[in-house]
Amino acid sequence: MHLAIYLPLVMPLLAAVAAWPLAERLPPATATWLLVLSSVALAAASSAVLGMLALTAVVRIPLVDSLGEMSGQVISRDDPASVPVAIAAGALLAAAAATACRALWRRAAALIEAGRQARLLPGAGQVVVTDDEAADAYTLPGVPCRIVITTGMLRALSDPERRVLLAHERAHALGLHYLFTTAARLAAAANPLLRPVAAATGYTLERWADERAAAVTGDRRLAARAIARAALAATTAPSRKPRRAAHAATVLGAVSTPVRMRRAGPVPRRVAALLRPPRDPRLLLLAAAVLLVAAVGVSALEAARDLHALLESARAAGTS
Amino acid sequence: MLYDSERGCAAVREGAGRSGDDAAGRRAAGELEAAVLAVLQAAGSALSPGDVRDRLGGDLAYTTVVTILSRLHDKGVLERRKAGRAFRYVPVADEPGLAARRMARVLDAEPDREAVLARFVSSLSDTDEELLRRMHGEAAADGG
Repeated sequence: MHLAIYLPLVMPLLAAVAAWPLAERLPPATATWLLVLSSVALAAASSAVLGMLALTAVVRIPLVDSLGEMSGQVISRDDPASVPVAIAAGALLAAAAATACRALWRRAAALIEAGRQARLLPGAGQVVVTDDEAADAYTLPGVPCRIVITTGMLRALSDPERRVLLAHERAHALGLHYLFTTAARLAAAANPLLRPVAAATGYTLERWADERAAAVTGDRRLAARAIARAALAATTAPSRKPRRAAHAATVLGAVSTPVRMRRAGPVPRRVAALLRPPRDPRLLLLAAAVLLVAAVGVSALEAARDLHALLESARAAGTS
Repeated sequence: MLYDSERGCAAVREGAGRSGDDAAGRRAAGELEAAVLAVLQAAGSALSPGDVRDRLGGDLAYTTVVTILSRLHDKGVLERRKAGRAFRYVPVADEPGLAARRMARVLDAEPDREAVLARFVSSLSDTDEELLRRMHGEAAADGG
């Protein structure tokens, strides 16, 4: 096994750096699929490589050699990885497996609980309006998903803006977006380097639903306005903040947007994205990202083949 | 946009009957809380822990029911009144649809709910709020 075996371990770092730029530059549906599939593939490849490295330590234990009728000398001579590296890989793999199992368990419990709550919500319709002053709206995953909107949120929005809100939440519910989030989070649990990718996936899913709402209502500016108004209503409704005049900040609007956007959170980014024309597919960028992930897959397979060849030769030497 | 408090209660009662049998584990605790809430919401009057246990229909220990009721009380979801030697519990307010809000609150206490709920808008930082007001102003000015 040569250095290529370490590529699957290094690539998640690149993915972590590239996730946000990709999330901003690609159309949201494309970005979501790319980020989710890449993070799952990278988590699988990095775990597999850790497993292979750990295996090279296991096969150097004399007892394992004699059981498998393998030659320890051949394995040591063709040294795939130093023993400390192999042991470290084993420890990392164990930690990764433990956190992934824990994350899977917690996620499954949370989804089951959400599904139960979705069933217990009053009414038979998909949308449930709750009598609550605080402006809030969310989709509760379940079979079927339920959309919960508070009266506070309904009051904060105009009729067309409410259509945006409903279209947005329906996009989450019909698109089963919680499955994407779950996959990305599990990948990030198995390999913590992928956490920024999971976070970026959360953003692209919101963007995906935003674009869907803009398409349904046929008005991007309306969609942008609805999100901005909803977010401001959700933030100012609790009495913890004194309510400022709605357009006070427009007066201060001299600072250029790009400078300010660099430090902006997800909601202003979503609004800004809707105020711009839709993104082009950017096929080259997409192809580059897919190629890099494919290279990781190939190098993991290559490593597996090398390891297999090593074990075969050790076995041939051991039985002769 | 509809809710139907009649059907809602029926659905809630059915849900309560289904989920009363497993008393172990933290997730089961959340489940029981929802079931107990549903029973109280459907009852329309203050109930003692014994009443709640009977209506849950399972074979729960009295102390389990008391624990759940006081936990829900601590969360501000239930009000309690002294009646004789025991407390009687009632949901904090009876407006229709409030059950959903309470359940969402119970759910809020679950781990991982961040990623489970797809919120329309996440919370804003102060910078975000100011930025958004400006953008909102621009969007409103341009788009009507």
